[in-house]
Formats: sequence, structure tokens, C-alpha cells
Amino acid sequence: MSTFLGMPATSPPGVGNLRGDEPFPKAARKALANSQLRRNLGHATGTIRRKSGAVISELPDWQELRAAGSALKAATMARLPELLEQLEEKVTAAGGVVHWAADAAEANRIVTGLVRATGQERVIKVKSMATQEIGLNEALEEAGIAAVETDLAELIVQLGHDKPSHILVPAIHRNRAEIREIFLREMPGVDPALTDDPATLAAAARRYLRETFLSTKVAVSGANFAVAETGTLAVLESEGNGRMCLTLPETLITVMGIEKLVPTWQDLEVFLQLLPRASTGERMNPYTSMWTGVTPGDGPQEFHLVLLDNGRTAVLADEVGRQALHCIRCSACLNVCPVYERTGGHAYGSVYPGPIGAVLSPQLTGVEDNASLPYASSLCGACFDACPVKIDIPSILVHLRNEVPHPRAEKAAMAAAAYTMDHPALYTRAQHAAKLSKHAKKLPPPLNGWTASRDLPEPPPETFRDWWAKR
Amino acid sequence: MSSKDLILSRVRAALGQQASAEPVPRDYRSAGSLEPDVEMLVDRLVDYKAVVHREQDVAAVAARLQPGRLVVPPGIDRSWLPPGVTLAEDEFTADAVLTAATVAVAETGTIVLDGSPDQGHRRLSLLPDLHICVVRTDQVVASVPDALTRLDATRPLTWISGPSATSDIELNRVEGVHGPRNLHVVLLD
Repeated sequence: MSTFLGMPATSPPGVGNLRGDEPFPKAARKALANSQLRRNLGHATGTIRRKSGAVISELPDWQELRAAGSALKAATMARLPELLEQLEEKVTAAGGVVHWAADAAEANRIVTGLVRATGQERVIKVKSMATQEIGLNEALEEAGIAAVETDLAELIVQLGHDKPSHILVPAIHRNRAEIREIFLREMPGVDPALTDDPATLAAAARRYLRETFLSTKVAVSGANFAVAETGTLAVLESEGNGRMCLTLPETLITVMGIEKLVPTWQDLEVFLQLLPRASTGERMNPYTSMWTGVTPGDGPQEFHLVLLDNGRTAVLADEVGRQALHCIRCSACLNVCPVYERTGGHAYGSVYPGPIGAVLSPQLTGVEDNASLPYASSLCGACFDACPVKIDIPSILVHLRNEVPHPRAEKAAMAAAAYTMDHPALYTRAQHAAKLSKHAKKLPPPLNGWTASRDLPEPPPETFRDWWAKR
Repeated sequence: MSSKDLILSRVRAALGQQASAEPVPRDYRSAGSLEPDVEMLVDRLVDYKAVVHREQDVAAVAARLQPGRLVVPPGIDRSWLPPGVTLAEDEFTADAVLTAATVAVAETGTIVLDGSPDQGHRRLSLLPDLHICVVRTDQVVASVPDALTRLDATRPLTWISGPSATSDIELNRVEGVHGPRNLHVVLLD
């Protein structure tokens, strides 16, 4: 597909982590064979669903907040150019530097250049989906810069030479015993008597990272929200690793998708209520940091904000699909999804797994590069009900299924079926023919996908029409 | 064409000639619609493993907690310091920190610090393992919308809800990772 300068563009191939190595059904089959994975996921998603449900039921105005969140995001998208320019102006006025990155490669180039300019060879990182998406750690490594993940789950993934499998808890596929083994094997200086008690494991991470926090001069973060009106950025977290990264280093580089904006300061009141309850199932996450540019005498004295497109404008160009950009990365849709709960996140191939990933990844890359994902759903609708900003994921899935390239033979077969159903005599003959081929359990290509995991229903001994004709 | 111009022109092309968005319905409980409930604040703080002290003598509470080397922000009320306490020079060598607060949110059990002289710069309340935070009841608001109306966006803000915690192991909440593992709140009437 050729692109024109200034027209919405998808994320380029060859960089970042939006494309898997194999289609979803193939990857899912492998995941389903892993009973440990299924047990871990079933336990973790069950826990979070109970917690989240309890704190959501405490708010009498949850539905009103969802409606406001949904409308606010739509209003933000409609005014995106002016709001982005307002954000740039406010951040710059407060002492920050704003960079614009059209795609993953450019964002990686900008961040690598900024780190090089400091002369440092190590950065500490706060968990960030945007930097996972663009493959920043890999790009930094190529430039000889070590990127240390400081979020506990990201650390588990990094030490385990693994891939993230959940938006909020990238190591959700690991249980405590496996985490203990990874720490014993990979964490320098770890106590060999380490137990698998979660508090002990957390304490091990605290000891391991403390010195790194205190001695690293550059941090890279993402952002949950950016307020156009004030130039304020917000990071919500739990452990305090975010606070460490956002306040101890001399230089802070924040990479943020262009859709993360909210128009006004007061608008945060909606999302600060929706996100923690939908995400970790807490009334409020332990720590939220908010900063505007640079504060003399407090925190990093050099601040860079990288605004990232990387396919977001292509999503915005689709009138049905653009609501996927409203996502606040809470992961509630993953936790309620019967497909995600069984396959886990790796099967989706992209850093964005689960229902939201199934609609976001194909749109960011162009649907041909993630053609199996719109089918990675039973269309049960639980994700739509759980979404705190009311993204109608099932409708986008169906919409994207229509965009996926279909084999020409399938189209021909459908046209033949439509013609047959339009002509009663033909239809009757087709029914009789189906009765004669009773032994058929599978459909021939190109329709064999439908019978890959289910038998063709047996035709009844007598059709309704035959029965009616006899009356 | 700069990347900024490129991205902005892409956004404009993507939006096309769409009509302006629908007005935002704000039927949720807005700022000022609820009375602050101090009992609810206490309940929510305790639920997230903070310890609440409802007494007026901050110095006595602080002394009882045996803070070790204590660090304080420059504008702290000196009457809050336990007699004979060892003051640390900075947060890097301190065992405990004593600060005031700006706002507390009852519904979520959240305390917000804004870097004022009695709260100090952000890492002051981050590195020590024990944070003793003094909140006046007139700083308590009912909800998140109320808190935002009281806060200055241009100040560096830290919202704190209980001690440092993680849900990263099997999605169970465990207290005590990188931030202070002990949060004590002194509530002054």
C-alpha cells in the first residue's frame, strides 16, 4: 500500500512489537497445551475480577463516569490537533522539550540520541506500553545503552528473558514458585534462602533495585494522561518504582502516544476514578505522580516529552475503529475475556493482547499484518461491559473481520449460497443433496475454517418443507 | 516537512470533515456535591494498611514510632519534632520522614503532597522506609473531583494511597516494594 505524505499511516514493519511470528490460532493451540499457564491465568484473572467488581460497586455513579469518560475521549479526538499544540506550548513554557515521532523508528532514534547526549550508558524505566510497542529497549541495547525495567512484573519478564503477556501485569503467566526460580537464577546477589512468599519476593526486588535507582542519571517513562490545559503529565503506579524514576534522575524522557491527552485539569476527575478501579481493583493505586515541565530543586532538571504517532492516525481515520484510541490501558477487558483467560497474552503476538489488542494491533499495523486477531474472540461482549470508557470492542471486531482479506473462493461460495437461498426450488434441491451427504463432517476449502474445530451439523432426516408438504 | 507538521496533517486528514463531538455528559457526583467524611478516610486508610493516629500531639506519636534518623522538610512545624530526636541531613541517610500534606480524599483514602515547604521535594517522602504524614481534618475532601479543585496543577504532586504495594504476583496486593513500607497518618482536628 502506498502512502502519501501527510496522510494517516500505519506502523512500519521491522521495528517494535506489534506483529507476532505466527497467526493467533496456531499460537493459541500451543498455549492451550500448557496447563500451568492456564491455571496461573485462571487464578489471577479470577482474583482481579472479584476485587474490581467490589470497588466498582462502591461507586453509585460508575455508569455516569463511564459515559463521561467515553464522551471526553471522543471530544478529545475531535480536537486533537489544537490540543496537541496546546500541550506542546504548556510543556515548553514549563521548561520541558517536546519531540514529535511519526513512527517507532523515529521515536527510538530520538530517545537514543537524547540518552547519548547525556553520556550515560544505563537508563531506568517505568513500565510503559508505548516503549514496549516501539521496541525501545532493543534499540537502546543496539546503541550500547542498558535499559533496566523497574516495575516488578517487567523485572520478572526481563530477568526471565520472557515476553510480557498482560497490559497491567506483564508476568501474569508466572506464579510465585516460578518467580522465585527466576530470581534465584538471574538476580545478582539474591539470598539463596529466598522463599516464594510474595512479600519476600517483593523485598528481594526492593534490595536489588535500590542501588540502581540511586546511581542512574536518566529515566524513561510512559504517561497515563497528559493535560493539554496545563501541560501536566501523570503516571499511576503501585510500587514506588515510578516515583523513583520520575524524581531521582537528572534527565527524564517520557514517551507518550498522541491519544493520551485530556483537555482540562478537571477532566482528570473522571479518569482518576475509572482507571484504578477497573485496572488493579483498588479505590486508588498507591502512588500517582504528576509533574509539569521542570520544577527547580525538585526532580529531573531536564525533561523531554516524545509524542508518538506510529499508526495512531491510521486508527483515527477509521470511523468505526477509532474508538480503540480511547483505551486507557486498564486491562479490564483482558481479565473478563474467556479467550484471553485460556490462551494468555503471548498468543496475540503483539504487546497489546486480549480484546483491546485484537482491535488495536490490526489497526496500528494495517489489518493484513494481524489478520487473525479480529477472529480471536467469541464476540460474547464481556469486554464491552467491562470497559471503563465503553469501547464497543465486539462491533470493531466485526468491522475488522470485513476488512481482513478473504479468499476469492470464499466470496464465490457465499455468492452461490445467496443465489440458492434466493430461489426456493434450488434451495429444496440443495437440502436434499445435503441429506444424501450425511457422512460429511468437514467442509471443503475455502470453508474448512468453519469446521476446523467443530463438526458440521448433521442434516435432519426430514426437512421442515418436506414435513409441511405432507400436512 | 517536520514530523510535527506530518503528524498534525495526518490527524487532520484522519478526522476529515466530521461534525464536532457530542457534549460531555457530566452526571457523576461533581466537586462540592458531597460532605467530606473523616470516618470514611480513616476506614479507607486502614483498609490499605496505613496506620491512623487520632491525637493532637504529633511529637508524642512520632516519638512512639521510634523513627531513628528522621528527615523533615524545611518548613515543618518544629513543635511536631520529638524532643531529642536525631535529625538526618538528607533523605538518603534517613530512616523516617515527617511531613505535612495538602489534601486528603476520604472516598479513596488518598493523601496528596504538593511540594510546599512543609512537605518538601518529592524524593524526601520516598526514600525513607517510614513516612509519618500529618493531615488536618480541614484538608479532608469527599472525593477525587473535590481534590482536583484544591490542587495547583503546576506544582509537582504525589498522590499516596497506603504504603508502597504491588499486585504483580498472582494479582494479590502485597505491601512493601520501593516506596516507604510503613505509612502512619496523624489526623489533627
